[in-house]
Amino acid sequence: MKELVLRPLEQPACGLSAESISCDVFAGKSVEEIEALEVYSGNRRRRLGDFFSVSGEAGDTPGETRIVIEGDVPRTKWIGRGMSAGEILVKGSTGMYTGAWMRGGRILVQGSVDSFAGMMMSGGELEVQGDAGDYLGCAYRGEWRGMRGGSILVHGNAGTEAGHCLSGGRVTVMGRAESFAGVRMRSGLLVLGSAESRVGAQMTGGSIVVLSRTEMLPSFELVDRVSSPEIEGVSFEGVFEVYAGDLAERNPKGRVYLKVE
Amino acid sequence: MRVTHRDVVCSFCGTLCDDIEVDVEDGRIAEVRHACRIGTTKFLSASRHEHRLLKPMVRENGRLKEVSLEEAVERAAEILAGAQRPLLYGWSSTSCEAQSVGIELAEVLGGVIDNTSTVCHGPSTIAVHEAGFISCTLGEVKNRADLVIYWGANPMHAHPRHLSRYSIYPRGYFRERGHQDRTLVVVDVRRTDTARLAQKFVRVQPGRDYELISALRAVVNGRKLPMDEVAGVSREDIEELAEMMKSCSFGVLFFGMGLTQSPGRHRNIDNAICLVRDLNTYTKFVIMPMRGHYNVVGFSEVLSWQAGFPFAVDFSKGYAWYNPGETTANDVLQRGECDAMLVVASDPVSNFPKPSVENMLKMPIVAIDVHPTPTTMVADVVIPAAIAGIEVEGTAYRMDVVPLRLRKVVEPPEGVLSDVEVLQRILERVKEIKG
Ligand code: SF4
Repeated sequence: MKELVLRPLEQPACGLSAESISCDVFAGKSVEEIEALEVYSGNRRRRLGDFFSVSGEAGDTPGETRIVIEGDVPRTKWIGRGMSAGEILVKGSTGMYTGAWMRGGRILVQGSVDSFAGMMMSGGELEVQGDAGDYLGCAYRGEWRGMRGGSILVHGNAGTEAGHCLSGGRVTVMGRAESFAGVRMRSGLLVLGSAESRVGAQMTGGSIVVLSRTEMLPSFELVDRVSSPEIEGVSFEGVFEVYAGDLAERNPKGRVYLKVE
Repeated sequence: MRVTHRDVVCSFCGTLCDDIEVDVEDGRIAEVRHACRIGTTKFLSASRHEHRLLKPMVRENGRLKEVSLEEAVERAAEILAGAQRPLLYGWSSTSCEAQSVGIELAEVLGGVIDNTSTVCHGPSTIAVHEAGFISCTLGEVKNRADLVIYWGANPMHAHPRHLSRYSIYPRGYFRERGHQDRTLVVVDVRRTDTARLAQKFVRVQPGRDYELISALRAVVNGRKLPMDEVAGVSREDIEELAEMMKSCSFGVLFFGMGLTQSPGRHRNIDNAICLVRDLNTYTKFVIMPMRGHYNVVGFSEVLSWQAGFPFAVDFSKGYAWYNPGETTANDVLQRGECDAMLVVASDPVSNFPKPSVENMLKMPIVAIDVHPTPTTMVADVVIPAAIAGIEVEGTAYRMDVVPLRLRKVVEPPEGVLSDVEVLQRILERVKEIKG
């Protein structure tokens, strides 16, 4: 695998829309060609090289390309958009839409990600060592089929509506998720260290595992108590209360597992 | 000489009453009939020029100074054309014609355009994307509704003629005895003046509306609630309300900012729309937001025709991109992304959260309005405008998405143009600068 290093020069206050930072776009290009790629700072079309110093070498295919971002880029949006293969390592935090529409490959962010990370993802892996903003692994507005495959792992906390409309794949938040985690979820697995409130609201399918007690909505029914269950192919230790819901919906098949011991 | 204008539309709230009579004497509004207190005040204030903005102003050495319209337009165009991420905000209290020019200006500038939905019913719009919408016109409510619910809304104060014109008191085709043929239910966190008129008042704990809607939906869908109370409401009350909803012949759920701006926001509306959808298994039921500003609905309509989305559109990359949470006015402001603002017919300095206002104060602001406001006081360019619906004609959409023609009953103050004309001049100048 060949490695390409992006060293951040400045982060414009008005945000940087950098859809071109992806292994699919970089593969087969020279450093000069990569520097000349289009980015938007507000309404100004600029070159990627205006904001990053580029060095190293890209692979011939996306799968042979690894991108390393050497530092914090909290205002850079759309890193890894639609990526199908290869690796991105960010040694800092990123802006919104990190890994949105991602199809394959791997993104590791050592800092935190802003909102809408992993939106509409269908494959690949997104790992965040810090926190995530709102709408982690969500659907785009108006789309009711959200993330369909791949996996997201956040070591810290997540904002509201993590796993919104989740329709496959797995989202794990090891810390605390704010309200409405798994809202309108249809299938797949959502694992949360703890959940603020309204977990699984309007869910019709799939499984949510919360590794601590949380208040359930009145439209969920306690149906079972299990120990060391296997849920969606994953084994969990401990004793869990099993809730069926959301019974506000018609024919719901969702399950929420709350760890009680 | 006194001239009476009949069937004038009141351009204040989303009820958009179109039966107002206005007497004009010597070019001034002398008397207003049929309008409520707020609407009457708006009409009468038009002729009190001491409360109006009358001259264009530009800030120089920290002070606002009167200038010619040409100078003000020039300065406004320079500020906006020079910005990397201009935000064009307001739009709910002006005509569709002005909104249309504003949207073109946003596109030419590569800016972000958003309206006051962002702090009122934006959540309703987001919910509609996911849940759809089952609604009707206010005429249908008047002629058919026998169960009227106001949830988190207090029309007796915010939309004073809503009950008398459309929902409760009027005699309708199938509701010949007016209010005797209807039942009024109010759900709110406190007993409001509207609640005092209701046959049934349900007091919900603050911030717990979502739980109450979920419980209602479960009961409507044939479940038995396992607990004795939800959100401070007893199971008996929830079951009774669910039964009232299922057994009416035409129900309407009007909701206000008590539902859109309390915890859950768009999820409250999503759940409420789903409740109404579920009820249609049993009877006819519709839902409608109690829109505040008289033409807030028009902005969504016009933006949808021109850009394909109902609010919060970002044109920075040359095409329309929409994602509330990123492209909404308060999000753009609080992240400190925008570097100039155009405010039309709105006062965000008074209404926005503090972190947004703090960032607003750091950037040049161009304000177009009829009256001085805290926003015009901090602006760098202030351009007065005529009042749509009193001094200029135009189109506005009622809360039920019915368009009505705004009338002109008096002349605007001398030298004051409509905001359509002001915006067109800025747009022309911006096009010249941008080449
Ligand atoms: S209810 Fe609204 S539209 Fe009707 S007169 Fe009063 S302010 Fe005007």
